[in-house]
Amino acid sequence: MNGARQKLLDFVIAQADDAMVLGQRLSEWCSNAPYLEEDLALTNVALDYVGRAKMFYEYASKLEAGKRSADDIAFLRDGRDFRNLLIMELPIGDFAFSMARQFLVDVFNLEYMALLQQSSDAEVAAIAGKAVKESRYHLRRSHEWVLRLGDGTEESHARMQKGLDELWGYIDELFVNTDAEVALIKEGVAIDRALLRDSWSNQVEAVLQEATLSKPGVEWTVTGGRQGIHTEHFGHMLAEMQFLQRAYPGLEW
Amino acid sequence: MADYRMNEAELEKVFQDRIDDEQKIEPKDWMPDTYRKNLIRQMSQHAHSEVIGMQPEGNWITRAPSLRRKMILLAKVQDEAGHGLYIYSAAETLGISREEMVQALHDGKAKYASIFNYPSLTWADVGAIGWLVDGAAIVNQITLQRTSYGPYARAMVRVCKEESFHQRQGYESLLVLASGSKEQQQMAQDALNRWWWPSLMMFGPHDAESAHSAQSMKWKIKRKSNDELRQAFVDQTVPQAQYLGLTIPDPKLKWNEERGHYDFGEIDWDEFYRVINGNGLCNRQRIVHHRRAHDNGAWVREAVEAYDEKQKARKQQAA
Repeated sequence: MNGARQKLLDFVIAQADDAMVLGQRLSEWCSNAPYLEEDLALTNVALDYVGRAKMFYEYASKLEAGKRSADDIAFLRDGRDFRNLLIMELPIGDFAFSMARQFLVDVFNLEYMALLQQSSDAEVAAIAGKAVKESRYHLRRSHEWVLRLGDGTEESHARMQKGLDELWGYIDELFVNTDAEVALIKEGVAIDRALLRDSWSNQVEAVLQEATLSKPGVEWTVTGGRQGIHTEHFGHMLAEMQFLQRAYPGLEW
Repeated sequence: MADYRMNEAELEKVFQDRIDDEQKIEPKDWMPDTYRKNLIRQMSQHAHSEVIGMQPEGNWITRAPSLRRKMILLAKVQDEAGHGLYIYSAAETLGISREEMVQALHDGKAKYASIFNYPSLTWADVGAIGWLVDGAAIVNQITLQRTSYGPYARAMVRVCKEESFHQRQGYESLLVLASGSKEQQQMAQDALNRWWWPSLMMFGPHDAESAHSAQSMKWKIKRKSNDELRQAFVDQTVPQAQYLGLTIPDPKLKWNEERGHYDFGEIDWDEFYRVINGNGLCNRQRIVHHRRAHDNGAWVREAVEAYDEKQKARKQQAA
């Protein structure tokens, strides 16, 4: 595989991993949500993310000329080869933590996917086009939850604030371009993440203010997901997700 | 002024005439108190079954073996939650709230389908639940599309469409296992062995022993008897099992030319009552899980109420 194609593959797999890992985490809410309506909505959002992951993995498989299938890429790599952002893999926590994560990610994703629709790579652009519609709906929901929980009771406010505080140090990583991305930005394939920061901050801060929440004071920040350096939680998540494919290798399901 | 109001007996006569005439009963119509109670019991049990059924299937979402299977299962469980919602809403037209129904579930006063007290142990169980449990549910629910209570009948029309989709997906996933490796075939057979009899039990006791059956049939809440429905399920399912190359765990199962139906063995009624009465493997777990999710969500529901109150107050202030 030549260098340019390898970079595109790395980029596509990272996109797939982001969606896969967040979808997997969200699916853990099934039958555990505070309302039956939320059981329905959260599985729906999880389904969107797994669907998005499937499209990116299928494209990755195509770029590899079918050397690995989409399922192979998702279910047969170990953690060190996953390239998702750390924020996606954190355990679901309480409902406030999960909704805070969705909100912070949704604000990013909506803008990112909207721009990625203009990608010079037609397949990437097409997937982004579908993702942007979903993200619009996701953001409407998570935005509502930040308002309700932030400006609800004392307890919900405290939980939402705690969720934001615990997540804030993972935000920087959203705006870091990998080497592959830097090269792909020049070709018009990828989007410069760094350019989204101001808009993201403005949108998030406006909602936090309306929700009577405070912007966390930044005292720490971690990165590593794009290099395959993950949290210790991640291996457990993969062990569960990949169990059948690992226990019964090489079969159709 | 003369009193034109009918007495109870006259009202009941008019009510029964409407039922006999195949008219639908609607929420604001007069209905006997026992009709209302009977429906609340049946509909809340149905809604709870959809919701509790999310647990054994949800148990495999995080471990689904491929992207496609994970998506199918997520979509299915999402549908089940949706069915629970419609049926709770339809039951609420009878003057009971969802909170009251959920409370009755937690207090052990309301039931859910007893089959969900069995554990889903392998991936094949997800297919078996779709094929057999949804298959049995459809046989029953198809007749409920003509049930006498309008909101329930209409909810069933939509539910049936989605359920038959689930049943086909469950069957298709078992077909892949049944034509797969030896281990996969064993997994599929084992699932059929464990889910077959509980599926037959889903139709309830024999007609003669069914506590609510006679009255429910008269009121057309129920349209076919337990034994009729069970027979229909066996007849439709045996050829499907044959096509899979799997063996139904019943040595007495045999086509009866004269009757035009399959004969089949007797259900282990001791097991049936044992599980219904709380001694299945998962009875406690299912309720503990539901209650835990409900209790863990209490602060969220309180927050929503508080937020709505604040919004209302702000609007009033602004007006």
